[in-house]
Amino acid sequence: MPRITSLQDLHKLRAELRDEIVQRYDVGTTLVVGMGTCGIAAGARETLRALSDELARCDIAAHLTIGGCIGTCDYEPLVTVHCTDAPPVMYANVTADKVPELVKKHLQQGKVIQKWVVPGS
Amino acid sequence: MITKPRATVLICSSTGCLASGSAGVYEAMSAEVQRRGLEDEIKVVIGGCRGFCAMGPVLDIYPGGIFYVRIQPADVSEIVEETLVKGRIVERLCYKDPTTQEVIPIFDKIPFYAKQERLVLRNCGRLNPNRIEEYIAFGGYEALAHALLAMTPEEIIRDIKASGLRGRGGAGFPTGRKWEATRKAEGDIKYVVVNGDEGDPGAFMDRSTMEADPHSVLEGLTIGAYAVGAHQGYIYVRDEYPLAVRNLHIAIDQAREYGLLGENILDSGFDFDVQIMRGAGAFVCGESSALMQSLEGTVGEPRPKHIHATERGLWDRPTCLNNVKSWATIPHIINNGPEWFRRMGTEGSPGTMVFSLVGKVNNTGLVEVPMGISLRDLIYDIGGGVLNGKQFKAVQTGGPSGGCLPAELLHLPVDFDRLTEAGSMMGSGGMVVMDEDTCMVDVARYFLDFLKEESCGKCVACREGIRRMLEVLTDITEGQGTMADIEQLETLAWTVQQTSLCQLGKSAPNPVLSTLRYFHDEYVAHVEEKRCPGGVCRALITYSIDPEKCPGCMLCARKCPQTAISGERKQPHVIDAELCIRCGICRDLCRFDAIVVV
Repeated sequence: MPRITSLQDLHKLRAELRDEIVQRYDVGTTLVVGMGTCGIAAGARETLRALSDELARCDIAAHLTIGGCIGTCDYEPLVTVHCTDAPPVMYANVTADKVPELVKKHLQQGKVIQKWVVPGS
Repeated sequence: MITKPRATVLICSSTGCLASGSAGVYEAMSAEVQRRGLEDEIKVVIGGCRGFCAMGPVLDIYPGGIFYVRIQPADVSEIVEETLVKGRIVERLCYKDPTTQEVIPIFDKIPFYAKQERLVLRNCGRLNPNRIEEYIAFGGYEALAHALLAMTPEEIIRDIKASGLRGRGGAGFPTGRKWEATRKAEGDIKYVVVNGDEGDPGAFMDRSTMEADPHSVLEGLTIGAYAVGAHQGYIYVRDEYPLAVRNLHIAIDQAREYGLLGENILDSGFDFDVQIMRGAGAFVCGESSALMQSLEGTVGEPRPKHIHATERGLWDRPTCLNNVKSWATIPHIINNGPEWFRRMGTEGSPGTMVFSLVGKVNNTGLVEVPMGISLRDLIYDIGGGVLNGKQFKAVQTGGPSGGCLPAELLHLPVDFDRLTEAGSMMGSGGMVVMDEDTCMVDVARYFLDFLKEESCGKCVACREGIRRMLEVLTDITEGQGTMADIEQLETLAWTVQQTSLCQLGKSAPNPVLSTLRYFHDEYVAHVEEKRCPGGVCRALITYSIDPEKCPGCMLCARKCPQTAISGERKQPHVIDAELCIRCGICRDLCRFDAIVVV
């Protein structure tokens, strides 16, 4: 491994290593994918994978976790976005193909995509 | 294939949890994650000590900080299935509040942790101690880089002095002044030493720090070496701490590879290296001058202190020796500044202190709190109160040679000066809670029995005086004491205190003096009434059975090793006092609280 020879080196290394430990911090944003049997059957595993890829691609610091079935199986795959400064938003039928738009609009531009929100949630 | 793992499972692999089986949990977890093909999604990591060893093995799941306790390998598949695959909490594995029975799944919400202020223990349990990368990711070595590249040794010493940091090994000497004296001492060759010879029974904060966060000690030590002008350091660790030795070795190797130890550290031109020395376990070697003798390879005996170690210490060179926790505090002061440090704790004792809270208290483990917290807050709010709802009787602070403080002093703020005023001491942070079933005379006897073995024998007063005090105390606990013995004890204690060379001898009478001061009536009860109020001293107590409470279940009669208990089924039993050896087995077994001890 390379020797660290300056403060810049150290900071660069720390930035590279951040991914290793970022889950142990509270980063303010958490996405929960419903992974009950109904969710998995509706494609939640693919959604999870797509979210993971997209968050990495866009370099967004958000935690990705999974949740159980909440009883609204029709709306699976369900993705709930928790941000510290806003109430949680629950999106219905988030199949893998919708992931880039969700990340772009909600997480990068801060806009809630109303038409996807679970009615009455 | 998933780009980034979405969850991390940290399994404590420090001594406490290893002893309760965490290695098996780690293996089972790795195997289960692999079996389900989740190894890209879920990372299984070795973690350090959370300080909640009574609950071990413990594990943390991130994000979220879900905390499971007393995990066995058989629980692993359920954790993976429920929490890691379905996102549900397994309630039966969560910590339960002993008083309210409330299930608390999140680590930070457990009262034991929520009321702590973790500085030295900050990284303990949240990173893998065997990967320098995780330490760096959490901000590690920033303080070293800043100190070496942007500060002069004088500026560092100024900051440490301004912070008011006092030696965490127990003596409480101002660290900055020690550094300054070493810096100013004449000589080209100087040394820095880590005192990791933690010898107090029941104390394990230094061990946990070295095991769970070894880089914090190395970083602080290297900063200190630069400040005082040393190029060689030693870490003196007792050999009973094999995992600490191993983790320190790994940490040193990794730091060398990154150029954070060795020649020309961070290209600053400063050279420094560290060696680990393993101590053979003599209690006296925790005393700084005895430790240095032991480091030199001779018998560990203290030497007179009129020549300071900062002028002539190890191999007669200027030496700066500090406790593990003092060194581990240094990076925080460099990073955040002395004013920040002073905001915690009290005027005379700034910062935090780590205690190992043990004995008859609900939550045992390592506790880091700001100096100045009251004993009551420590024992009741964090410790969860006395075990089994019994009455509090005393708390002993400062290890075997600390004093026992009574309930009237529970309001006492815990800092170096206040504890000394009350006849006890901070010591290295041991804290033993005692309940109503404790005999204070017996406690004093117990600790002197320990110290008798550990006196190095150099000073007559310590060597012979502790032995004599122990004899007198033993007589009292056996019902053969007189009031003259109590006076004699005070004279002996005073003599040992005044005429011993090192702190071992000077503090050895503390258990005697403090119990005489606060629990004098218990001594009198033993001597004049031949009675042990705590129901402990076997020569002074009798066991009997309360016929009102005894339903005649026969359990005690069957288990009595002396067959001293007799009685018919469903009839109250009786104990034959002649045969009874007062072992207490019947009392422990009885489910009806029918065994009476007077």
